[in-house]
Amino acid sequence: MTWVSAGRLEDIEQEGAIRFDHGGRTYAIYRGPDDSVYCTAGLCTHEAIHLADGLVMDFEVECPKHSGAFDYRAGEALRLPACENLKTYPAEVVDGEVRVALG
Amino acid sequence: MDGIVIIGAGESGTRAAFALREAGYSGAVTLVGAEPHMPYERPPLSKTPDGMVRMKLICPKEALEVAGITYLKGCSVSKLDPAAATVSLSDGQLLGYEKLLLTTGARPRRLACAGAERALDFRTHADAEAIFSNVAPGRRVAIIGAGLIGMELASVLRAKDVTVDVIEAAPKPLGRAVPARFADKLHARHVAEGVRFHFDRSVAEIGDDAVVLSDGTILPADFVVSAIGVQPEITLAEASGLATGNGILTDACLRTSAPNIFAAGDCAAVAQPGGGHIRYESWRNARTQAETAARNMAGAAETFAAIPWFWSDQYDLGLQVAGQPLPAHQSVRRSAPEGELEFYLDDGRLVAAAGLGIGNGLAKHIKLAEMLIAASICPEPVALADPGVNLKTLLKSARAA
Ligand SMILES: Cc1cc2nc3c(=O)[nH]c(=O)nc-3n(C[C@H](O)[C@H](O)[C@H](O)COP(=O)(O)OP(=O)(O)OC[C@H]3O[C@@H](n4cnc5c(N)ncnc54)[C@H](O)[C@@H]3O)c2cc1C
Ligand code: FES
Repeated sequence: MTWVSAGRLEDIEQEGAIRFDHGGRTYAIYRGPDDSVYCTAGLCTHEAIHLADGLVMDFEVECPKHSGAFDYRAGEALRLPACENLKTYPAEVVDGEVRVALG
Repeated sequence: MDGIVIIGAGESGTRAAFALREAGYSGAVTLVGAEPHMPYERPPLSKTPDGMVRMKLICPKEALEVAGITYLKGCSVSKLDPAAATVSLSDGQLLGYEKLLLTTGARPRRLACAGAERALDFRTHADAEAIFSNVAPGRRVAIIGAGLIGMELASVLRAKDVTVDVIEAAPKPLGRAVPARFADKLHARHVAEGVRFHFDRSVAEIGDDAVVLSDGTILPADFVVSAIGVQPEITLAEASGLATGNGILTDACLRTSAPNIFAAGDCAAVAQPGGGHIRYESWRNARTQAETAARNMAGAAETFAAIPWFWSDQYDLGLQVAGQPLPAHQSVRRSAPEGELEFYLDDGRLVAAAGLGIGNGLAKHIKLAEMLIAASICPEPVALADPGVNLKTLLKSARAA
């Protein structure tokens, strides 16, 4: 497992998400309402749409395309048409820097 | 008592079958569909950047089995007898039902001009295959109708280097569902991409290798696609004596004029609180009506009240519209890094929102707008117009109030 830097916490809106591309893959990094951070695979399991474009409310992200929804903490698919869970990756904040463990 | 039969295995019928189980219904569920495939989604048919026609299934085959749904594919219902509570299938079977759901969708409106039979329709996977098998760089297509389907097709065919002529009887494209500002922007983009438009004209004749317009213009065309809108598929309902109009008429709970028969999706015209009936032709509507109808068939008495929503993708642009914007509404514009949003107020109350931008960048704003609409709020137009005012903050303060 390699920890990589994904930028500063202040660059992610509270209850928001950013897209993070690394090693030819795309991820979504979320900042929860309590400033905790999480990382999931970046694409919706329904139709490969970037989840970072979606709406984050509490610990849920809603896919921008067809309103499928996931709990981004565990990656659980919450609402159809998304039915497959998202892969999740460890994430943490160290001195204001967001780090994610990929691979 | 023979459980629930659903006629039509499109988005609405398939979703309803699963929603019955989610609502706790444990009787037999039979889904009857005229098309020879597993149920599939239609929107990807006209959004195929690489020109490859996709068959995106609504659910994997096993999901139907796991849910105990009997799917009769390639089988159409030829007769519905509400008095006897039976349906006759094209293969000769007679099925009894306790409750019935009509999700027969819509079929393309046909052209009436000479040579109309030469024009290809665009509704099914088979139609998409027929259209895209004609596609090669340098070929010429005439698309009749500048609605959403015609314009989406134009955009994918331009990406394949096909010469595209669009013929439209109205003076501009996308007149029906899309707010004028965004229709103009999409039009400009199509022109920039080389699509040639012929407005205020209809088609007089379709020949082997050309289309003749009502003003005598001759447009060479290797193939012709008709995209002049759809008509609700109400043949069965009409023949069996159910109340119909522009669709199968239902009450607010999606129940037709026969007590045990419901209708949902593109075929259903639903009673409105202010009188009259409304029929929608969009993907999300097909799903949400299916869910309401399913819960009601399983014993609930919910009225259908979802806010209409649809999207369209053309080139790299994504359009989303929530609610029903009308020219009479006050419109408020907001710019965003990804594009532009417009909000629509009726007597101060937010009733609709639309956005056009790159990809899905505006989706979250439209979703928030939808929640603001559902909360029946009267936001300050200056706040709506100000990109610095977060819509989420507006929603939270509306909810707290
Ligand atoms: C090319 C294309 C692109 C689209 N893109 C978008 C988009 O971007 N956004 C959006 O919001 N909407 C879009 N739509 C619209 C959306 O797909 C429809 O609103 C939705 O499919 C309606 O679902 P439905 O189940 O009501 O009807 P349908 O999908 O039409 O399904 C009805 C089914 O019933 C079957 N049937 C009819 N009569 C019988 C019978 N007697 N016996 C058995 N079976 C029968 C039909 O064969 C059909 O399979 C698009 C549609 C098309 C065609
Ligand atoms: S792409 Fe995410 S719900 Fe369809």
